[in-house]
Amino acid sequence: MINSTPALRLEGIVKTFPGVRALDGVSFDVVPGEVHALMGENGAGKSTLMKVLGGLYQPDDGKIFVEEKPATMHSPLHSKALGVVFIHQELSLAEELSVAENVYLGELPRKAFGLVDWEQLYSKTDEILGKLNVGFNARTRVGDLSIANQQMVEIARALTVDAKAVIFDEPTASLTDAEKLVLFDVIADLQKQGVGVIYISHRMEEIFKITDRITVLRDGQYQGTVATKQTDEESVTQMMIGRKLDLTRNASHHELGDVALEVKDLSCGDLYQNVSFSVRRGEVLGFYGLVGAGRTEIAETLFGLRQPNRGSIHVDGKEVRVGSPADAIQMGISLVPEDRKGQGLVLGMNCRDNMTLPQVDDLTAGPFVANGAEVALFDQYRDRLDIRTPGWKQTVGNLSGGNQQKIVIGKWLSMHPNVLIVDEPTRGIDVGSKSEIHKLIRELAAAGYAVIVISSEMPEVLHVSDRIAAMFSGEIVRTFTSDEVTEDNLIQAISGIKQKD
Amino acid sequence: MAGFANNEFVKLLGKQGILIAFVLFMVVFTIADTKFISVDNVLSVVRSSAILGVMAIGVTFVVISGNLDLSVGSMMSFSTIVVLDLHDKLGPLMAIPLMFLMTLALGAFIGFLVGYLKLNSLIVTLGMLSAIHGLTLTYSGGKNMDIADKSGTWFSVFGQGDVIGIPVPIILFGLLAALFGILLSKTPFGRKVYAVGGNPTAATFSGVPRARTVFLCYLISAFCVATAGLIQASRSLGSQNTVGQGLELEVLAAVILGGASLLGGSGTVFKTLIGVLMLGFIQNGLLLMGLPFYVQFVITWGIIILAVWLDIAIKRGRFFVSA
Amino acid sequence: MKSEQSKKLLKSGAIWLFILVELVFFSVAGEYFALSDKAFMDVDNMLLLLKQSAPIGIIAVGMTLIMVNGNIDLSVGAIFAIAGIVLLDSMSWPIFAGMGDGVIPFAWGLALLTGATLGAINGLIVWKTGVDAFIVTLGSMLGYRGLVFMFNGENPTSNLNWTLVDFAEAQFLGLHTATWFFLAVVAVVWWLTRYTIHGRNAYAIGDNRDAAVNAGIRVGPHMLINFVLIGVLAALSAVVFYSESGSVNPNDGQLYELWVITAVVLGGTKLTGGAGSIIGTLGGVLAIQLLRKGLGYIGADTSTVNLVIGLILIVVLFIDRQLNTKGKEALNV
Repeated sequence: MINSTPALRLEGIVKTFPGVRALDGVSFDVVPGEVHALMGENGAGKSTLMKVLGGLYQPDDGKIFVEEKPATMHSPLHSKALGVVFIHQELSLAEELSVAENVYLGELPRKAFGLVDWEQLYSKTDEILGKLNVGFNARTRVGDLSIANQQMVEIARALTVDAKAVIFDEPTASLTDAEKLVLFDVIADLQKQGVGVIYISHRMEEIFKITDRITVLRDGQYQGTVATKQTDEESVTQMMIGRKLDLTRNASHHELGDVALEVKDLSCGDLYQNVSFSVRRGEVLGFYGLVGAGRTEIAETLFGLRQPNRGSIHVDGKEVRVGSPADAIQMGISLVPEDRKGQGLVLGMNCRDNMTLPQVDDLTAGPFVANGAEVALFDQYRDRLDIRTPGWKQTVGNLSGGNQQKIVIGKWLSMHPNVLIVDEPTRGIDVGSKSEIHKLIRELAAAGYAVIVISSEMPEVLHVSDRIAAMFSGEIVRTFTSDEVTEDNLIQAISGIKQKD
Repeated sequence: MAGFANNEFVKLLGKQGILIAFVLFMVVFTIADTKFISVDNVLSVVRSSAILGVMAIGVTFVVISGNLDLSVGSMMSFSTIVVLDLHDKLGPLMAIPLMFLMTLALGAFIGFLVGYLKLNSLIVTLGMLSAIHGLTLTYSGGKNMDIADKSGTWFSVFGQGDVIGIPVPIILFGLLAALFGILLSKTPFGRKVYAVGGNPTAATFSGVPRARTVFLCYLISAFCVATAGLIQASRSLGSQNTVGQGLELEVLAAVILGGASLLGGSGTVFKTLIGVLMLGFIQNGLLLMGLPFYVQFVITWGIIILAVWLDIAIKRGRFFVSA
Repeated sequence: MKSEQSKKLLKSGAIWLFILVELVFFSVAGEYFALSDKAFMDVDNMLLLLKQSAPIGIIAVGMTLIMVNGNIDLSVGAIFAIAGIVLLDSMSWPIFAGMGDGVIPFAWGLALLTGATLGAINGLIVWKTGVDAFIVTLGSMLGYRGLVFMFNGENPTSNLNWTLVDFAEAQFLGLHTATWFFLAVVAVVWWLTRYTIHGRNAYAIGDNRDAAVNAGIRVGPHMLINFVLIGVLAALSAVVFYSESGSVNPNDGQLYELWVITAVVLGGTKLTGGAGSIIGTLGGVLAIQLLRKGLGYIGADTSTVNLVIGLILIVVLFIDRQLNTKGKEALNV
């Protein structure tokens, strides 16, 4: 029986950042022994809510109750002391230290005079590891473990206290199916111990498999809580996006030109194997799959950031070797990378300089940079892409995510590439800008560009592609045309199921 | 201390704080001794800052590209000794280009290690500081270098001559500042230096040749060091082989005073110039007050810490770390 | 994974292998180039080696902890010089007049206190202002050196106390006093890094500072302790050295930081922090001293030695990078 006094309750939480009301009066609770899913699109406020719970942010308004007693979370340490443990998506471990030292980081068992009680440390850790049924012991160096095992270490950290609530943020992103089952067992165990589990995820299949209730946020606002058994994917999706999921496939077709890029049997160690595909001018080839399927690694190879150990790349029919990004650019291959802040932009430089960087050698008058030509180029693409910024001198770091992304896209469009690769074009971008960018991609295809789009969002990849390459574990399982693809067969393909259609 | 992220006054202090402090400093010293701002004194300060200034120009490039160069002091000793030695062996006409080549070779080596092999620039240049010092000692056999016939050579023009009343060192300083300043702010190469320092990953993702850019920055620094060595050698026509010792810290202080961030991606040659002059006037002021050279060390220490602290504090929005 | 394991073995055993190679090399080369008739691996020579390793070695032990903690300290040479001056000069201070040799413990104490204070200044600045350790200590390298000169201008400070000299030159169980100090420091700090909470937290901070902060480890105090420790060790090194030599030159200790860092990195400590061992540093120190001695033995002069040490540091950096890159997984950026 599920005890109905909430282990954790949030009431009317408000959190604003400059210009954005990230959480607008959100209420939420989790009951001991349940698994409660928290869902919403990117930017809906899930992370923010959990960061408030985890002590990383202070709410501007609202109350938090732990077992119905009012509480404030001053810091991650404090919230852990209150029994709320947050297992982040990005692992935060000290890789050179042992598992035991990581599990008890900051809380090493003591003997007199500031000495470490090693026996206690190892035995307590082994105890916890035993509960989790893992294959490694407390003395193993964390850096030597697989990602899945490292995640187990994070979970073990959570179990050093009498946890009342454990929050999992996208825990299965880097796990194999087998590893996922182990994780679900661990979660079931936690439930039995009376812990309230909060599960943040996008993966419908998992949510409907292990959760008891689902709460949905949209644009920082609480949309509702439903019992999992009493709802279905479509209703939940509707709550998330406020409209029926637009799974329209791309309907426009136009004249296709020559094959701009062809890849044959490309392999790179464990990252991807035997990849073959081609892209013609005028078409958009989408790559869909889970994190770790190998899509970004292929893009990095095409852009010269990685060397394959087998296979060949052909641009306009000629075989080429892409040794570096400079090579790629010369061959007309452009990449709008996944991480726009870390890889796509120099945040400290202004908008114009960021946009003209790849071709700054060509925008010259004699030995000097031709400022006029640069500004003209910036203006051109600012208008075309509707980039909102007070002026070209604005530091790029001050722009919104959507506008930053447009700068990156403008940067590469202005190079008139043969092949434009866009990796996660709208990650972390507001809905309005999202559809602008989708429209833009279709327009590029119509204008004769060969475009590759890598995406983790199904509506996006369906919307925008003429063909979709579904990847799983480093291989292209199947390539669909936009007429053939359905939600079902796509999901099956990326889960590794090759089926007879 | 409460946060002051939105305090306009503090922001102004951050941006121009050093300049304001400097103006205050000048005012105080002028009141104490009006000789401080006499034309003679000013000219003398600028002239004696020329060597440091020339070196600081090169180091500015290295710092903007996100690296450090602690070897410039011993490299300058090397250049000075080499050119003096070669002057007597091959004549000034051959000695000067040969010295430049040798210094550039050292710079190329460092540039290769930091740019292409991606080794840590702090440790590499610390190691090179020692290695080049050893090289200089070996080359000079441990002795000082002196030009045999001091009056019979035109070589002295670099350090001692003047053109229409302006000392040659100042002219050289000004020329290099102008040349490299334009290179940094108005050419594609300069843009790339800022990109590499601001975000090396994004720079590579944009096709900027990161390794080559870093390499060239070290070459530029070596060129500037060679020029400084030339001026120094020509000034006294003789030198100890430790003449450049410790200069790397003064150069760094000047660059930091000029507002360049040690993290890379910001700064300009002009600002470094200001930093050099500031440092020069501070040292001059202390000298006029009768304080010996080592007091400068302590003052420079204070300047470096305060300047970097202020820069970090403004970005953070708080003077002190919260924990 | 065979290559992973062999890499590891290489990393931890490498320094001792290097020492072995050096011993062999210099013994052989000595046959041809040696200036003296004695063999390189003569017992007295090796004991002398241990003694001569002490000054750098004691500081290197402290530097190991500093670097493991994610910091660096470039001011150790200057602290060394100041402590030496305090040691020698304080023995002739008026308050101690008439105490005869009884002043010695006080002199030692004052020297160590000086080291602790200077280290504390470094640590406090790094903690409270948030300025990176290398900038702070780069500045104090200069500032403390200024204090050294302020003491006596460019003149040396001397004070020869024969009791002290005798003590320093004595041998207990065959090992010199300095060697005993060195070994004691190695043992104590090794124990500190292995068995105390402070030591383990220092590793954690250097390995993943954010994780440490989130786990509630107070970074500031730990860093402060480490800076005070290395200050004390730099002072101890001065005590060991100057007790015997009796005279401090204001330029003494310059480039000590280079030697120390080279020894520490050679001994396997990662520049980025989080990994490193005192035993490894011991190996690094011995390797460097062996190199110095060996080069001297075959007739090389100080300048060549400086050259070689600088280059060795660079080679070690290169090897460290090669062994630490993640191979195919990493991007060619």
